[in-house]
Amino acid sequence: MLRAVLLFPLVCLALLSAPFSARAAMEIEVVGGAASQIAVAMVPFQAAPGQPAPALTEIAGNDLERSGQFRRVDVGGAQQPFSPAQVNYEVWRGRSADALVIGQVTALPGRRFDVRFYLLDAVKRTQLAAFSYNISASQWRATAHQIADIVHEKLTGIPGAFSSRIAYVQKQGKRYELRVADADGQNPRTVVRSSEPVISPRFSPDGARVLYVSFEDRKPVVYVQSLQDGGRRKVAAFKGSNSAPAWAPDGKRLAVVLTRDEASQIYLINADGSGLARLTRGGNIDTEPVFSRDGKTLYFTSDRGGSAQIYQMPAGGGEPRRVSFSGSYNVSPAVSPDGRYLAYINREEGRFRVVLHELASGQIRVLTDTARDESPSFAPNGQAVLYATVQGGRGILGTVSVDGKTRARLSESGVDAREPAWGP
Amino acid sequence: MNKILWPILLALTLSACGTTGSTPATVEDRTGDKAATTAAKPAGTDTTGVSGADVSASALPAGDPRKDPASPLSKRSVHFDFDSFVVKDEYRPMLEAHAGYLLSKRDARVILQGNADDRGSREYNLALGQKRAEAVRKVLSVLGVSDAQMEAISFGEEKPRNPASTEEAYAENRRTDVVYGDE
Repeated sequence: MLRAVLLFPLVCLALLSAPFSARAAMEIEVVGGAASQIAVAMVPFQAAPGQPAPALTEIAGNDLERSGQFRRVDVGGAQQPFSPAQVNYEVWRGRSADALVIGQVTALPGRRFDVRFYLLDAVKRTQLAAFSYNISASQWRATAHQIADIVHEKLTGIPGAFSSRIAYVQKQGKRYELRVADADGQNPRTVVRSSEPVISPRFSPDGARVLYVSFEDRKPVVYVQSLQDGGRRKVAAFKGSNSAPAWAPDGKRLAVVLTRDEASQIYLINADGSGLARLTRGGNIDTEPVFSRDGKTLYFTSDRGGSAQIYQMPAGGGEPRRVSFSGSYNVSPAVSPDGRYLAYINREEGRFRVVLHELASGQIRVLTDTARDESPSFAPNGQAVLYATVQGGRGILGTVSVDGKTRARLSESGVDAREPAWGP
Repeated sequence: MNKILWPILLALTLSACGTTGSTPATVEDRTGDKAATTAAKPAGTDTTGVSGADVSASALPAGDPRKDPASPLSKRSVHFDFDSFVVKDEYRPMLEAHAGYLLSKRDARVILQGNADDRGSREYNLALGQKRAEAVRKVLSVLGVSDAQMEAISFGEEKPRNPASTEEAYAENRRTDVVYGDE
């Protein structure tokens, strides 16, 4: 069932992100939704002259809808309150609103704005949150995402992840760009441009740096790059291939896959390239390492049992133990923030799909209905998984809620997007 | 294989052990807008034309046996069956010729570039391509070629010779290319 198609006009994006010369915006299409959704009336805030577009309630409303946990109540034709004293709760209960978001924007000197917003419980007729922001025009979208985060947390008890960022690689012709964008795909900023492939971007735990694999040296080499000043260095450029980097939760140590001693093995190395230590042994493939959030366990893909499967081992070294048993191809593990779940790619009857694996019970749920899914990663709040898939012969990015019920596709026309990673 | 070469090859292997590039290096900042205004690419970032099939004859001295279509040295690709890492017998003469060349020119270097088809995980395919490169490296090693003259690397699914999603294309992409350092 198609619930909503949200289109962000190019014009607005160009206005907002002019310093980054964004050429195009991603379109977002949301399908499905949770069984019981919270009904929120996003009442347009009292506008200020010269305020950026789209409206804050539009951006925040799209965020909330993409999570699948909310549906928007029609606000047309009703008296539109800007402050709690003006709210006629009868009207909003009549439209079956569970909650109400209202506010006002006031222009300040120097193209700044004062934003006040209130979250109200329409049933209990109480105020759940009230915030004010003094922002520049360039903080407009970020403020809308913060409002959505607050609404999500107050109404579901779980923090929102709308202020987080994603990284992905886009390919146009023979040009590769590593991009960092807002979680809704907007505000894209190119951090690496290359005529050679770039794969496996990974945000540092604090979001300030990004690891990736670049082929610009005629072979795969692991780089780390600051997202603040763009400075970068090679972390692993040993003889053979260097790939599959992963941050330890402390942001200092990394796991990488090297072939310097024998076929694809996992090593630990410091982010400055020092302190190399080998972790796995044997002539089989060991790759795609990822740390648990407490840093004590490594999950990885190995063919040591005869087919590609997920294994786990102590991050300090020790005996690997097989985790995935369903099917002959399970790869690309990601760990949920609470450590209870893995998301990975499972191949069944020639289809590659994202599955969610509850570690305690071993229960597996297929989250997607596409056929060529890759590179799953969890939202910082653990409520959704970002992945790459192929649609119409073109790479696109998608998110799916962990209950599998809400999917959103992020795509930009004429561009091949792949290798997504969800960051802080 | 000439047994007299063995001590020399061993010495080469040992002397090369310390030279693998592990030193972290700061390179040109190509972030964001700065990159947009920089038209020139850093040297060595464009590898098109180095895969075996694409090398132009003019890049090498005339009479180079590696360019002679009649020579097995002009053959550069080893193809693999699905999910297999076994070098088939049909590639024996070709690899023996390359081993002979490398043994006769001890300053020659060869890069063994493994590739995979594009189904499944990019990182896992990188490891599969590496396995194919290692398979060829081991054959050359058994034929007496020094490890110091060889580097096995993988392009995974990133540089398909045939980008189509057909069985023929997949088969074409499951391969290792033999590429010389001066090409």
